[in-house]
Amino acid sequence: MPKKTILVSQGTCCKAAGSERVYAALQEELARYGLETEVELKQPGCHGFSQIDPVVVIEPEGLLFASVREEDVPAIVQSLLPGRRPPVHLFYVDPQSGQVIPYRDEIPFFKGQQRLILRHCGSIDPERIDDYLQAGGYQALTRAVQELAPLEVIEEIERSGLRGLGGGGFATGNKWRLCYQSPATMKYVVCNGDEGDPGSFQDRSLLEGDPHAVLEGLLLAGYAVGACQGYIYVRAEYPLAIKRLRTALEQARQHGFVGLRILGSNFSFGVEIFQGAGAFVCGEETALLQSLSGRRGMPYMRPPYPVVAGLNGQPTLINNVKTLAAVPWIIKHGAGKFAAWGTQGSKGTAVFSLSGKVKNCGLVEVPMGVSLREVIFDLGGGIAAGKAFKAVQTGGPSGGCLPAELLETTVDFDTLRTAGSIMGSGGMVVMDESTCMVDTARFFLSFCLKELCGQCVPCRLGTRQMFEILNRITAGKGRYADLELLFELGEMVSRGSLCGLGRTVPNPVLTTLRYFRDEYEAHILEKKCPARVCRELVTYSIDGQKCTGCSRCLVVCPVGAISGTKKKAHVIDRAKCLSCGSCLATCSGRHDAVICT
Amino acid sequence: MAETETAIQSKVNAVFSSFKGTENELLPLLQRVQEELGYLPQEAMLEVARFIHVPESRVYSAVSFYSQFRLKPAGRRHITVCRGTACHVRGAEKIQETLERELGIKEGETTADLEFSLEAVACVGCCALAPCIVINGEKVLGRLTPQKVQRAVQKVKKEEGRQDAQKDHPCEPGDVL
Repeated sequence: MPKKTILVSQGTCCKAAGSERVYAALQEELARYGLETEVELKQPGCHGFSQIDPVVVIEPEGLLFASVREEDVPAIVQSLLPGRRPPVHLFYVDPQSGQVIPYRDEIPFFKGQQRLILRHCGSIDPERIDDYLQAGGYQALTRAVQELAPLEVIEEIERSGLRGLGGGGFATGNKWRLCYQSPATMKYVVCNGDEGDPGSFQDRSLLEGDPHAVLEGLLLAGYAVGACQGYIYVRAEYPLAIKRLRTALEQARQHGFVGLRILGSNFSFGVEIFQGAGAFVCGEETALLQSLSGRRGMPYMRPPYPVVAGLNGQPTLINNVKTLAAVPWIIKHGAGKFAAWGTQGSKGTAVFSLSGKVKNCGLVEVPMGVSLREVIFDLGGGIAAGKAFKAVQTGGPSGGCLPAELLETTVDFDTLRTAGSIMGSGGMVVMDESTCMVDTARFFLSFCLKELCGQCVPCRLGTRQMFEILNRITAGKGRYADLELLFELGEMVSRGSLCGLGRTVPNPVLTTLRYFRDEYEAHILEKKCPARVCRELVTYSIDGQKCTGCSRCLVVCPVGAISGTKKKAHVIDRAKCLSCGSCLATCSGRHDAVICT
Repeated sequence: MAETETAIQSKVNAVFSSFKGTENELLPLLQRVQEELGYLPQEAMLEVARFIHVPESRVYSAVSFYSQFRLKPAGRRHITVCRGTACHVRGAEKIQETLERELGIKEGETTADLEFSLEAVACVGCCALAPCIVINGEKVLGRLTPQKVQRAVQKVKKEEGRQDAQKDHPCEPGDVL
């Protein structure tokens, strides 16, 4: 009888959904039926489909059980006994067609993906190097140090067309060559894992789910450019990623992949893991270098570029987590295979964190050049709760918001830039009709305002002024001339700022002005918020005809603004009301008596 | 919970033993000291400056720049509210307001009894579970509503300290707040 494997994903998001308890219950149940030897229990990293966490997968069949709770575990384990059937009620149900789908690979969310960077996430145990080796890990490194010259590695990466997946989109091979050509005795390679973009979690998932791939990529980069020291900079908010990286690094050391004279070659390379301290701007490469040397994370003027003079004034190559994870794949399978995916200008695949008001939240990897519609509707399953799509924001807080008319836009570095947005690090936040675009622009500015380093004037003062204007508009005190002023300020900030963050900060404002001008006008001219989000512009009341006096709203109101006796219509005291919407959320779908205007 | 100067000094010096004392160790040093003390009192920062031979202003400039560092002690239950984009569009603002109202403190503050402290952060990377909060940097609670948060805080306040291990729903925050 072939041995079976049960996979219980253990990423941060899976754990938050209770996967550790499911794992413990599985261990117990397997022991109860004496199946421990026949069935192997594994804890891989995140499979990406966070919406249906915790997930249990049974291999080799690939059966997937969704949203498993502890009490479901006995049924799953019993189904492994001869002649028993799997618990059908735990299979995934496609929300669109209502169809029950037992096999993982047939679920639309997985089927539509091309997994290359996330190749091992959700299938191998990230804390066991043997799993990675079995999946062909470190073969690329072995081949490189034993058969290839550094320049050959660089040429292979150049041929693949790989571009920096951290957002910049700079040709990776070219960057490597520049670093290779910089004369110095000491060179560094830094892996940028300071993923601070709200709405992005692909770097975290990758570090948690396949730390060895990132490490191998870093080693290959070090070999190619002639560096002997590498740093992995991870943000402090990702404790699990740091823990797994440490484990991976220790195992790699023991196997001789890191350290002196790697695999018997002349290549020696040390790796250190550096924990960030909570600063968004440190994702910018010069700020990251400042932070690595123990200073405030303030970006500085380039050139000289880090590949010429970076850490300690020495040539330093900085690559994103995803970029490095793609490297071993390219060296192993060849540049041609990688370049077969994607578009003319953007090769390979892109990883997106799909979140917001979409049915299937999670991580998706697709070939460059698919359309936004395919990602959001085919993989993401469309908009949750039957609402209408309004906008999608790509590329983090400094990316632009694109409207429904642009859903056919393809995702690659150049097309997104033309549309006024960016690829960024791959965040994709979907917004529906209940999202106010003016409020959204204000939100992104308030985020950036907190995270700016504050050294250059256009960014520091310009962003503050734009924020004040948006505050005014959402409070119903906007003037028509504000729109022109916002545009002017935005242009000034994006042209005059020192670093990449400053130059992209105005993107959300500029794109919402361009694509959702009617919403701004409604706020200013009619003093109305069409999405009913801006509190100063909405009032709540109760329809006396519909209210049954169930008192549910009275109970949930945090400030006691609702009064009334049971079974009689209630009223809202507008002087006390905070416009928090709790009453509306409780009543809608029941009596629909609470009205928001 | 202010510790005496000598107690701080001895704890800080214990941390130093695993460092070389070079300038670029500043951030890891501060992280380890904060891990030990829960925050960074002035005495500790002065010690760090002396240890790596940099002006005190250099240490303070780093401490005040990075959001991870605290100049005041955190509460026994340190609650981090995620204010990332995904959480924002799913109502993180209301989650934070509810917490502020229920705990009687504002973001960035600690309750007088040092039981709770509240902090808003950019993104904890659990966007699929939005809106979410993190307790003591480890436990992530997701798919929250203001009602769930309100109930959880009231429950914890009532049965202070008691841990109820047998809660069934994975996202029910009642037992871990």
